[in-house]
Amino acid sequence: MWKWLHPYADPQRAYRLSERLQPWFTLLALMFICVGTVWGLAFAPSDYQQGDSYRIIFIHVPAASMSMAAYMGMATAAFVGLVWQIKLADWAAAAIAPIGAVITFIALFTGAAWGKPMWGTWWVWDARLTSELILLFLYLGVISLYASFEDKVVAARAAGILTLVGVINIPIIKYSVEWWSSLHQPSTIRITEESTMAPEMLYPLLINILGFGFMIGAITLVRFKAEILARNGMRPWVRELATATGAK
Amino acid sequence: MNPRRKKRLTLAVALIFGVAAAASLLLYALNSNLNLFYTPSEIINGKHDTGIKPEVGQRIRIGGMVTEGSLSRDPESLHVEFAVHDGAGGSVMVTYDDLLPDLFREGQGIVAQGILMADGKLQATEVLAKHDENYMPPEVAEAMGKDHQKLDYGAQQKAGAK
Repeated sequence: MWKWLHPYADPQRAYRLSERLQPWFTLLALMFICVGTVWGLAFAPSDYQQGDSYRIIFIHVPAASMSMAAYMGMATAAFVGLVWQIKLADWAAAAIAPIGAVITFIALFTGAAWGKPMWGTWWVWDARLTSELILLFLYLGVISLYASFEDKVVAARAAGILTLVGVINIPIIKYSVEWWSSLHQPSTIRITEESTMAPEMLYPLLINILGFGFMIGAITLVRFKAEILARNGMRPWVRELATATGAK
Repeated sequence: MNPRRKKRLTLAVALIFGVAAAASLLLYALNSNLNLFYTPSEIINGKHDTGIKPEVGQRIRIGGMVTEGSLSRDPESLHVEFAVHDGAGGSVMVTYDDLLPDLFREGQGIVAQGILMADGKLQATEVLAKHDENYMPPEVAEAMGKDHQKLDYGAQQKAGAK
């Protein structure tokens, strides 16, 4: 059933594929983020209650949703790596972790900067904010665990187990605003029913979420390629690649 | 699937389910303690599941809507008093001696932290504005009759502020 996937478990092929995909992800990311951000910041109408301050939503929400999506991507890779012991999956998980940490930090920072003028405080220990902070610590834990073993097979196993343990935090972040009373408002974008946002604000937001997704994809490919090269430094194809690019 | 992979698959799935079960039990046990605030009716009648009422002198947070027409200001100082109510019909008076956030309006959701006084009032040390998940342009809000008026300061208060 998965036969067609097997050739891509070869580092060289995976490297080539990432190299081919990377410009497309970069291009799409630039396009979507430019359109979404300019539309959102300059052309979308201001909000009836928050005025122009709400516009930070065009960065905050894409960053927050992608911080969770990146974690799910990392967890899937870690799961495949643990069960089938495919090294490429381990490297992919290791490539995503720092990106997820940065995007989580962006979500927390923009949230705090938004909270100060609107709520009147930078930070509250409510369920949503606290669980998102735990997500940042999970990312930092995975990064440091992967970095602290010389043997990368052992490192990936340790980091993978922590990643799987942390998966439980994702539904907690998602539903924290529904299960408990919090200062953070419930979700605006609904999948099953109509979103509680005017369409001329919603479209740039959705475009930016897509754009952030492509951006994370593009940066992941860069880091994934670097990880493949770092782990295969002794292979002939890497040496050939190095001499070929060095000769240019 | 070979037996070694099968074993690892079982272990990984067991790990995920085990952590999920532990976390759900933990969160279930903590349940109402994870709420950021008491609602006014919970202060009056106690929490739904445990019936625990906050004691006088306890430092708590209250969350609810500012009752329309309940806001009264002291023209000489920053002292304000307003009622906070919820959908269940409870209402608690809040007193506050500092600057209110910009989004504070009558009919607006707020979260106030403070000490519960013997007369049932909450002496707040911090008032935070809560906003909802609805975003719309002002014209749409006006058409829906949801336009929020900024707090109207009387001539007396404006004179007092100078």
